[in-house]
Amino acid sequence: MVGRAAAGRAVIRGVVRFLDERSGTAPLLRKALRYVFPDHWSFLLGEIALYAFVVLVGTGIYLTLFFDPSVAHHSYYHGSYAPLRGLDMTDAYRSVVNISFEVKAGLLIRQTHHWAANVFIAAIVLHLLRVFFTGAFRKPRDLVYYVGLAMLMLALVEGFLGYSLADDLLSGMGLAIAYSVALSLPFVGASLALLLWGAPFPGAESFWPRMYVAHVFVLPVLIGGLLTAHLLLVAARHHTQFGGGRKTERRLVGFPTMPSYAPRSIGVACSVFSVLFLLGGLVQINPIWLWGPFHVDQATNGAQPDWYLGWLIGALRLVPGFDVTIGGYTLVPNPFWGGVLFPLLVFAILAAWPALERRVTGDRGFHNLLDRPRDRPWRTALGAALLSWVFLVFVFASADRVYVYLKISYTTQIWVYRVLVWVLPLVVLLVTRRVCRDLQAKERVEHERHLAERASA
Amino acid sequence: MSSGARWLVAAILLVLSRRRRRVTPVAKDEPEAAPTPARVTAPELPDRRAENVVLLLLGLGTACAVAFVVVYALDRLPRQTQLLGLSLGLAFAFLAAASVVVGRRVVSQHEREEPYAEPEHLEEQEAVVLVAQESASRFTRKKLVVLAAGGAGTALGAALIAPALSLGPAFDMESLYRTPWRRGVRLLDEDGRAYLAESIEPETFYTAYPEGAPREQLGAPLVLVRLEPGRLELPAERRGWAPGGILAYSKICTHAGCAISLYRKPLFEPTEPRPALVCPCHYSTFDPATGGTVLFGPAGRPLPQLPLAVGERGELRAGGHFSGPVGPSWWGVRLRGAR
Amino acid sequence: MPISLLALAAVSFAAASPAAGADGLAGRGKELYSKSCASCHGPDGRGVTTQGAPTGAGNVRALGPSLRGVGALSTDFYLRTGYMPLRDARDQPHRRKPPFTDPQISAIVAYVASLGSGPAVPRPHPERGSLSRGLQLFTEHCAGCHQIAAVGGVVTGGLAPSLRHATPVQVAQAIRIGPYLMPSSSARQIDDRDLDSIVRYVESTKHPEDRGGWAIGHVGPVPEGLVTWLIAVVALVGVAVLVGKRARP
Repeated sequence: MVGRAAAGRAVIRGVVRFLDERSGTAPLLRKALRYVFPDHWSFLLGEIALYAFVVLVGTGIYLTLFFDPSVAHHSYYHGSYAPLRGLDMTDAYRSVVNISFEVKAGLLIRQTHHWAANVFIAAIVLHLLRVFFTGAFRKPRDLVYYVGLAMLMLALVEGFLGYSLADDLLSGMGLAIAYSVALSLPFVGASLALLLWGAPFPGAESFWPRMYVAHVFVLPVLIGGLLTAHLLLVAARHHTQFGGGRKTERRLVGFPTMPSYAPRSIGVACSVFSVLFLLGGLVQINPIWLWGPFHVDQATNGAQPDWYLGWLIGALRLVPGFDVTIGGYTLVPNPFWGGVLFPLLVFAILAAWPALERRVTGDRGFHNLLDRPRDRPWRTALGAALLSWVFLVFVFASADRVYVYLKISYTTQIWVYRVLVWVLPLVVLLVTRRVCRDLQAKERVEHERHLAERASA
Repeated sequence: MSSGARWLVAAILLVLSRRRRRVTPVAKDEPEAAPTPARVTAPELPDRRAENVVLLLLGLGTACAVAFVVVYALDRLPRQTQLLGLSLGLAFAFLAAASVVVGRRVVSQHEREEPYAEPEHLEEQEAVVLVAQESASRFTRKKLVVLAAGGAGTALGAALIAPALSLGPAFDMESLYRTPWRRGVRLLDEDGRAYLAESIEPETFYTAYPEGAPREQLGAPLVLVRLEPGRLELPAERRGWAPGGILAYSKICTHAGCAISLYRKPLFEPTEPRPALVCPCHYSTFDPATGGTVLFGPAGRPLPQLPLAVGERGELRAGGHFSGPVGPSWWGVRLRGAR
Repeated sequence: MPISLLALAAVSFAAASPAAGADGLAGRGKELYSKSCASCHGPDGRGVTTQGAPTGAGNVRALGPSLRGVGALSTDFYLRTGYMPLRDARDQPHRRKPPFTDPQISAIVAYVASLGSGPAVPRPHPERGSLSRGLQLFTEHCAGCHQIAAVGGVVTGGLAPSLRHATPVQVAQAIRIGPYLMPSSSARQIDDRDLDSIVRYVESTKHPEDRGGWAIGHVGPVPEGLVTWLIAVVALVGVAVLVGKRARP
């Protein structure tokens, strides 16, 4: 036994020495292995996103080996899926049908890729909410926060491009809407849309390779680069933690990478892989063979984007019908409000928040300890109000489905929502602030009673 | 199922028996390991039971991974995608469980404390400032140099961006107005046959395409409906655009470019909403009787109407250009005058 | 030619005087008609097209189209889908269990058919149709309202129902009638072969190729988003809570 332990150590030593002698990284390695992770479940949300990204890259590379990003060539389908036989379709759409029907395990990988995209962005959003409501964005981590926001924006575009590449009926409708939103930008809209698409919709043949290279190279590399920066910055300033016990502004307490944190993290990674592959195999997502190929003169009812763009289609539907015009000339076309201004406003508020809060509170200090949401009633209340605003618009996107299943008229719903989007955030603001203060007061009372009891004892 | 259970029992027995055999030698092992250097991590008593669970989970994970390969290798298996996903997903689930048990039960649970990094390095900051300043100290006309460098940078940036204009006809706004419809162009159906005026029935809608032009462009597809001529309320200048009450509108919504693929056609008008063309993307609703004006929804511009004429053989032809630009709006779009 | 003319004359004669052809079925149908349909559709199916005082039982707001010439095709459809009778003439009819028994429906159908010369109940042959042609036609004519997988959708001011429970005969009938806000297509626009193809496609949407697994409704992103949040995210947050919880040694 001794011999075996010693032999094991010798092997490890050999590897470490090899690395250190050539890169001088032993001090760094030692630091990395003893790096401290404070322990709270909500600190793992970012990790879920990270591992979903790993799945996206892996499954994505596999899909590139079979996908054909071309709409230049049309032909009739003669594959194994009967309802599409004899239909005119582009190579892009045909190759996605083939990935689903002819490539062994192709459908599993395709569906896993799509589920991973949905989960990736969901995890980012949850992570963002945690960071916001606990004040983790404050100095010295505001830069980490900005990088994270940038990644979220890129992820939305990246996801949309993936959804669009398949050239099925839903993706074509999505692209038509994206084109209209680009066109609606004041001053530059038409030029921008013509540049991106290469010609008026549905665009030049080169548009598909453009989307493709953006989806499989430019955006993943950008996201990967920002991800690296995000992690390096976190490591440089170390993780935040909730205070209490020996955890203070100056002292970090938690599990070191080795031996205790790495296995946990691997556990999270494998859980993410597990959930994504289970969904990919068991739950059907975006069955493009059912939607059929896209043509500009065709559309289906109930067309929706993936969930993370639901807030935009909700906004596009909710805005009343008007263009800003002067004497027969349009200045601002309608899709601008829901498709551009609304998301820009939400991201602008999120991006401005750290600076705004610094200015309002005058707090320019370093913060390693997190706030409990109740201890910052204003931040929590405003954040909840913003969230409820976006959430309402998001929910409205499914109003047509609600009509079909619950028989509540679409026109009734639209008017209810048009009122609610102004009223509900205000109500949420007041209620949240009140709840926070009540919780604080209750704690104070309990604390005083505790002190009194100790004193009397 | 029962064979699976037997495997499970066998695996458990194996794990437990290994445990019994090994208890003593490991205990003996400890004192002999004395020459090892002082521990870096905190020592703790091993948790044998947890270790057994880990071994079991790893075994199950292995079995599932092998099952994945087997399912993959089998051809024409019904529900193959589901079996593949299930085996791979479960393999990862067992690995996840094993890792979590290792992380929480097997390895040391000692926390570490560490001071946070110094928030600032004032000395280094100052040194950087000095280096920057001193490096520039031999310039005599700093402002001018900065201005010149800025100018050069901007110009170079513009130069590098300029080739991006090759991406598309960025300034060719005319391309957005262009449609294949001219006076005399025949309206064809899906299969390329010309529409005859008398074949257009009042209870339904039709999709029409221009003869001799590609269909995959926003300006091409039309939606055709026939209303009673008496109930049309078209603008005065569109007199004669709807022979026999046949109306042609662009099939592309002016809001966000989706196809107008709904025709709301009441069976019994006294109790039902009036006829309308609807876009399924954001439910913009247009009135065909009044020249495509918006009845409901986010569209900010009426649906462009194409004047129709009936040819010598009764076929439908375009009578001119659309009443306005086709498709979604942009900054500066004129409300009238497509071409 | 003379024979067919004669036949036509005979039919129209029979139609013009329903009482003359009062076989038992139509007679019973007339009784049921007077009780359940006449308040909106008028005596003898003449329709109530101008708004007036309530004429029916239970203060029904009476208003309804003439049924002369709609034939068995239409009557059979409305009764077997449970669309009629309608409580309020302004409501959109929805599918439900028909309030009449099969023999009762046959009786009313016979009676209304006898009011004027109308089309008979169609007999579609989906097996003769082409699936891909059906998909093409359905995309062009139907998907805008009923959604591409026929799960139903929204028209402003109305609802396009799911076709899950529509029988082949009812699909064919609906295409010819255009109930409520639906356009109707004659055989000139959609001939019987195309009709067969559409019916075949609609039948196929009841058992689509779900090789991806659990189909979650064939409506795309809305249920997919629900699964993302309610299954995947809940499961993974559960894992995070489990992993992130302080271990109690």
